[in-house]
Amino acid sequence: MEDLVRAGATNEPCDDARVVLEARGVSKTYHLGEVDVHALRGVDLSICDGRMLSLMGPSGSGKSTLMHIIGLLDRPSEGSVIVEGEEVSRMAPNELAAVRNRRIGFVFQSFNLLARTSALANVELPLVYAGVSGNERSRRAREALERVGLGDRMGHLPNQLSGGQQQRVAIARALVTEPSIVLADEPTGNLDSVSGVDVMTILQELNAHGITVVLVTHDDTVARHAERIVRLRDGMVVSDEAVADRIRASERRDAVVEEAGGEG
Amino acid sequence: MNLLESMRIALRALNANKVRSALTMLGVIIGVAAVILLVAIGTGVQDEITGSIEGLGSNLIFVFAGNFEEGPGGGGPGGISTRQFTIEDADLLQRRLGPEHAVVPVIQGPLSLRVGNRTMRTTVAAGNENAGEVFGGDYLGGRGYRRSEVSASARVIVLGATVRDRLFPNTDPVGEAISVNGQRFTVIGHVAAQGGSLTGDQDNQVYMPITVAQRLIGTTDVGLIAVKAADAEDVESLQRRIRQVLRPRFGDEFSVFSQDQTLGIFQQILGTLTFMLAGIAGISLLVGGIGIMNIMLVSVSERTREIGIRKAVGARTYDIMSQFVIEAVTLSVAGGVVGIAIGALGARVLTQWVPTEVTAWAVALAFTFSAGVGIFFGVYPAYKASRLDPIEALRYE
Repeated sequence: MEDLVRAGATNEPCDDARVVLEARGVSKTYHLGEVDVHALRGVDLSICDGRMLSLMGPSGSGKSTLMHIIGLLDRPSEGSVIVEGEEVSRMAPNELAAVRNRRIGFVFQSFNLLARTSALANVELPLVYAGVSGNERSRRAREALERVGLGDRMGHLPNQLSGGQQQRVAIARALVTEPSIVLADEPTGNLDSVSGVDVMTILQELNAHGITVVLVTHDDTVARHAERIVRLRDGMVVSDEAVADRIRASERRDAVVEEAGGEG
Repeated sequence: MNLLESMRIALRALNANKVRSALTMLGVIIGVAAVILLVAIGTGVQDEITGSIEGLGSNLIFVFAGNFEEGPGGGGPGGISTRQFTIEDADLLQRRLGPEHAVVPVIQGPLSLRVGNRTMRTTVAAGNENAGEVFGGDYLGGRGYRRSEVSASARVIVLGATVRDRLFPNTDPVGEAISVNGQRFTVIGHVAAQGGSLTGDQDNQVYMPITVAQRLIGTTDVGLIAVKAADAEDVESLQRRIRQVLRPRFGDEFSVFSQDQTLGIFQQILGTLTFMLAGIAGISLLVGGIGIMNIMLVSVSERTREIGIRKAVGARTYDIMSQFVIEAVTLSVAGGVVGIAIGALGARVLTQWVPTEVTAWAVALAFTFSAGVGIFFGVYPAYKASRLDPIEALRYE
């Protein structure tokens, strides 16, 4: 059965789209004293350009480890990661930083914005490290903030923004460098349901404009916003299937608002 | 990322912790101010002494009892056992060297003066009739003592400017009577103010024939013998001849220094002293540097998550490293600038009591050293920050 699943994972057809990110036989082993913990055991995964994919699994399944590895924040113990045809898993830390900067955007559960730093400056941060300076940097950051609907909150500090707004700043930061892929780790995990829908709406809009989105979640509803769900358990891919009834966040909003209002 | 960007980030971080930044800087401020101030005092005193020795003229030779030339073990400098010079030794030198060179036996000591109900303590510098020629001094009134007064131990006295102003305010002292250690003297002259010196007020001094001064102090010894060569070119041959004259009487237990040599000795001693002062002050600068390192280490662990975020969005090792090094250098350089200002200001205030001179090299040294302290003590915390694993840093709570 494992062979079957593997075959399914690697051969997921991209049709005419190219493969933007690929994991080949990725394993990750942590050495905790005498015990070896196998967080990932030979995962194969290919992500097609312009698609939206969910990585699902219970906690401890290795989905976060996998996201960190394909996001180049961590290195696999074995196997390789290929970003846009380029083998990156043996690159030096500074080269990885450059690839993260240009090709990958992150959205974290806990937002991870710089405190005491305005929304605009937070969004500018990746451009600072990309060497974009002055007006160009400011212009692009403003555009990104307007794209997530925060055109009027640019000078606000993170602690002056709601959770949903903070997460939208984080999304603006992720997309400001025009990356090939946005990795979102439980993006709605710390948000109320209305803010969560708003965030999912934005992610789906980005995807509609051609940016590849990978969602990492344990929540089935969140996962079904994607076109395809890859499930992990005990460090292995156990299923990989297309979503039949994909959720459109923009269509759910009214219902969710009503539900939230009704509860209150 | 360019330097300007790193500086902006560093300033923002320092601004976010104002009190902490100020306290950290205080260590460097105190260190730099201490270096500037102590070096200013050392240099000021050195200049003053150099100036007053140079002011005596270039063809002076000083002869001291005791062997100072051979260093430790060479008989010991001026110990109790060393035989002192007497006026006869000076007279012998004068006879042998010839009348074209002026020889002055010199003695100094404390005295108390009284005029009417005014009293003061002062120092006497006594010599023979050549003293005026050898040591100079401008007479504002009256005259210096004469040869006849020296041989007769006449009770005559010349007043320095401070003494005159204290004891004879607004009157001409020449011809007036003055009580010196209870004995009645006559004022025969007074000299112009010469300014302060290391040994105190050079103008708080009186002059009289050495014969009468010896009686007042109760000794037949002479502190030193000064010889003024007729020509600066004679100085070297004169030194040789002085040795020849004195050797049969004193063996090696005397020292002959030209003015240049005396200057050299003083400059060496005072130069060493200045460096010692700078070194002591440097220790406090070092302590200030350790304070910076300490705060930077705290700052790095406090901002682990921030470092993680920066790395996740593409900061390279170099970016993180330069951010923290610049933060440390900004602290130390800002502290250095404030310290220089405080040190220079303090030196100006102190000039009332001690000669000070703020030199460019001390400022440059203090500034470079403080910047160096920032780099040296900033690099380790910055290196630690730059090596953080992005994923570990992001997980840090």
